[in-house]
Amino acid sequence: MKREITFAQAINEAMAEEMRRDPSVFLMGEDVGVFGGVFGVSEGLLAEFGEERVRDTPISEAAIVGAGLGAALVGMRPIVEIMFADFVTVAMDQVVNQVAKARYMSGGKARVPLTIRIANGAPGAAAAQHSQSPEAWFMNVPGLKIAIPSTPADAKGLLKTAIRGDDPVLFFEHKMLYSRAGSAPEGEYLIPFGRAAVRREGEDATIIAIGGPVNAALSAAEQLARQSVSVEVIDPRTLVPLDLDALIASVRKTGRAVIVHEAHRRAGPGAEIAALLAEKAIDYLEAPILRVAAANVPIPYNPDLERFVLPTAEDIVEAVMKLIRYEI
Amino acid sequence: MTSLKHHPLDQLLAFYRLMVTIREFELRAAGERKAGLVPGFLHACVGQEATAVGACAALNAEDVITSTHRGHGHLIAKGGDPRFMMAELAGKTSGYCGGKGGSLHLADFDLGVLGANGIVAGGIPMAVGAGLAFQMRREPRVALAFFGDGAVNEGAFHEAANLAGLWKLPVIFFCENNLYGEGTPQHKQAPIRDLSLRAAGYGFPGVIVDGNDVVAVYEITLDAVERARKGDGPTFIEAKTYRQRGHYEGDPMIYRTEEEMAYWRARDPILGFRKRLEEEMEVEPAALDAVDAEVKALLDEAVQFAIHSPAPRPEAALEGVYADDHGGRVF
Repeated sequence: MKREITFAQAINEAMAEEMRRDPSVFLMGEDVGVFGGVFGVSEGLLAEFGEERVRDTPISEAAIVGAGLGAALVGMRPIVEIMFADFVTVAMDQVVNQVAKARYMSGGKARVPLTIRIANGAPGAAAAQHSQSPEAWFMNVPGLKIAIPSTPADAKGLLKTAIRGDDPVLFFEHKMLYSRAGSAPEGEYLIPFGRAAVRREGEDATIIAIGGPVNAALSAAEQLARQSVSVEVIDPRTLVPLDLDALIASVRKTGRAVIVHEAHRRAGPGAEIAALLAEKAIDYLEAPILRVAAANVPIPYNPDLERFVLPTAEDIVEAVMKLIRYEI
Repeated sequence: MTSLKHHPLDQLLAFYRLMVTIREFELRAAGERKAGLVPGFLHACVGQEATAVGACAALNAEDVITSTHRGHGHLIAKGGDPRFMMAELAGKTSGYCGGKGGSLHLADFDLGVLGANGIVAGGIPMAVGAGLAFQMRREPRVALAFFGDGAVNEGAFHEAANLAGLWKLPVIFFCENNLYGEGTPQHKQAPIRDLSLRAAGYGFPGVIVDGNDVVAVYEITLDAVERARKGDGPTFIEAKTYRQRGHYEGDPMIYRTEEEMAYWRARDPILGFRKRLEEEMEVEPAALDAVDAEVKALLDEAVQFAIHSPAPRPEAALEGVYADDHGGRVF
């Protein structure tokens, strides 16, 4: 049975189901309780689970993440929320030096079942400190796992997997996805990490799209289809672990790859994926690997400037066509 | 000064033994670093043995601590085995962390030691989180965060103390004020001398104790533990002490005077306690000499254990990053 739910509802359901299932799961963050989350993601959880398990915290990101880690080390399964991805910088020591490394530094003994939910992406005219997509920063930090769903169904299944796992997970939720609806299975299901989803099959080029811009990639694929260009759209769903096999299989079929994300172009997730494809799949490529990403400038406030900086479906179409026309 | 007579002699002798063990461990580790067995950084807690021993004696086995870069004493006081510690310092597989952590990351979750830490104040939020878990599960356990005087100027301390005060968590903020943050004196790092004043801003008591008096430290920590277990929330304990060696082994210590160091050596926590055991409790010097000899033998064994333990296979570097590595796809 399928039904339509929004991305925010999907995350809400995942948290509620896991909290019902396991008393060690709890949620804390800024305005997650009475307010229901600044994007409404935790609406109703306070009423069902009470103040002890749905905890409004001070505006205090280092304490939120660090306390989540401490609770995890003594047997809880905390979900902590970073209201805007930009604010994770305040908790950077906790994420990078403590959470990510606790297990390794202890010789593999620490268990860190901590899920850090982070709202990323540009919601429109939010400017440079409320719009960032910093997922690639953390790809460079061994010890973390990174999930970045693009559909309600994936958000639910991946979040449940994150909560049940024994490793720390950064779970990126693009703000512009929260109100988008999509079909999702009824009831209990999990989606494993490290399995990419083929959003659309195609023959001529592969678009590897990450998080929020998956929708722009699908719209670009639709436009390209009208020009008789058949595009495959792949959503990795998790960046660590990364389903490289699926990406290679697609590139092997199409011979062309465009990587799309809202993180800045320089050293964004696409840089790593392009390097991996260059290492492992260069024989299949008929054209260079292109990236469509946010320009290497802070995200501007003015909506026209913002649109100019962020990747659009038109940018993706243009990139694919460049590859289609490319001749060695 | 607190009276020793209120305490069973066995317990006082256990304090003495633990303090001597910590001292001997530090001196042997420093020696083995020079000798080449220990490859990495060492931050010795010589002079601060009374804080570790007094504080941990007030805890139960199921209570937890977070520690610091100067953490050998904390681990020994919480029941750590000098063999596994020395082996870890040597980077051996038999070490507490399999040679992956070294001195700065010693941890033993079975003993409730959530970890030493390479980041000043880095472990304090962790202790608050452990306290939160205990409170949520209605467990009568407490979390004690050790940190130095330098840590109270870090944001992580402030955020953690605020949260613990707000939620009345069973957490003890144990500040070892050894008068130096690395090479800069405490008075050049904060505008106050009594760091326990900070506690007022977080809504819980701040108390000061002579950090070189193990019994005083024990008693004041017991009060804080009792308060935490009752649900009355955190306490900030400031133990005034002194770091007798450098910030790290090899520190040229150009930033302090010989007079100052001599002043504090005269207030050495172990020598002072030994004298009191002899005078107030009429312990025979020979009995204490015997403890010293037993500890030396224990540390001989620890060093031999470290020397003769196998080094890890190079490939072991790739293990233990994740609980589930998804068939290697996380790398």
